[in-house]
Amino acid sequence: MSDTIDVEGKQIPVDEEGYLSNLNDWVPAVAGVMAQQDNLELTDEHWDIINFLREYYEEYQIAPAVRVLTKAVGKKLGKEKGNSKYLYSLFPYGPAKQACRFAGLPKPTGCV
Amino acid sequence: MSDTVKKFLYLNRKAPYGTIYAWEALEVVLIGAAFDQEVSVMFVDDGVYQLTKGQDTKGIGMKNFSPTYRTLGDYEVRHIYVDRASLEARGLSADDLIEVAFEDMETEEEIDNIVEVIDSAQVSELMNASDVIFSF
Repeated sequence: MSDTIDVEGKQIPVDEEGYLSNLNDWVPAVAGVMAQQDNLELTDEHWDIINFLREYYEEYQIAPAVRVLTKAVGKKLGKEKGNSKYLYSLFPYGPAKQACRFAGLPKPTGCV
Repeated sequence: MSDTVKKFLYLNRKAPYGTIYAWEALEVVLIGAAFDQEVSVMFVDDGVYQLTKGQDTKGIGMKNFSPTYRTLGDYEVRHIYVDRASLEARGLSADDLIEVAFEDMETEEEIDNIVEVIDSAQVSELMNASDVIFSF
């Protein structure tokens, strides 16, 4: 529980799975640091999903399950992006789990 | 996964805060959505307060999870029923409740609001017609 990540010189606490302990600690640089740990470089396409997740959470107070995320992304960002192949190509550790972590959200409800 | 689709009814009878029942029930519904069953959610007694608009939990230091009910349509919940007698006994009506939209991505069928206020006869009918009832 005492894990932290270093973001711009600040120590930010994360839980044992790497999710932020406190949602309010999130700044865009958090996603950058987490991506680096996962050997991933964030592109605009990644940010579309991260921002989408943050808006979804803001509105509904939960992180969506991957099926729901896929559906909602297709609706908002276009059908060619609303499929798990596209989302997995961006977030190889699982679009909901990994992207939610980058977005500073808790682990999605419905992820087993 | 089995081909048998069962009718699941989640029954909510308790106020949203003060106990963990309402939140736990909501989480079970969201997680259970992955199993492709026919899911309905029903609110009776103090459970009707779970769907009321304009909840403010600042004073009790709890997360206001009422916006989350609006995602139920995304999680393939087809029907949300509210017992009319329970509403009336609390001075509430359908206008005091949040709306939940539903959209079927395959058929593109859209329903603006799946929240339905029903009378006692329909409540018992629906309970009888369900294969599984989870009561919270």
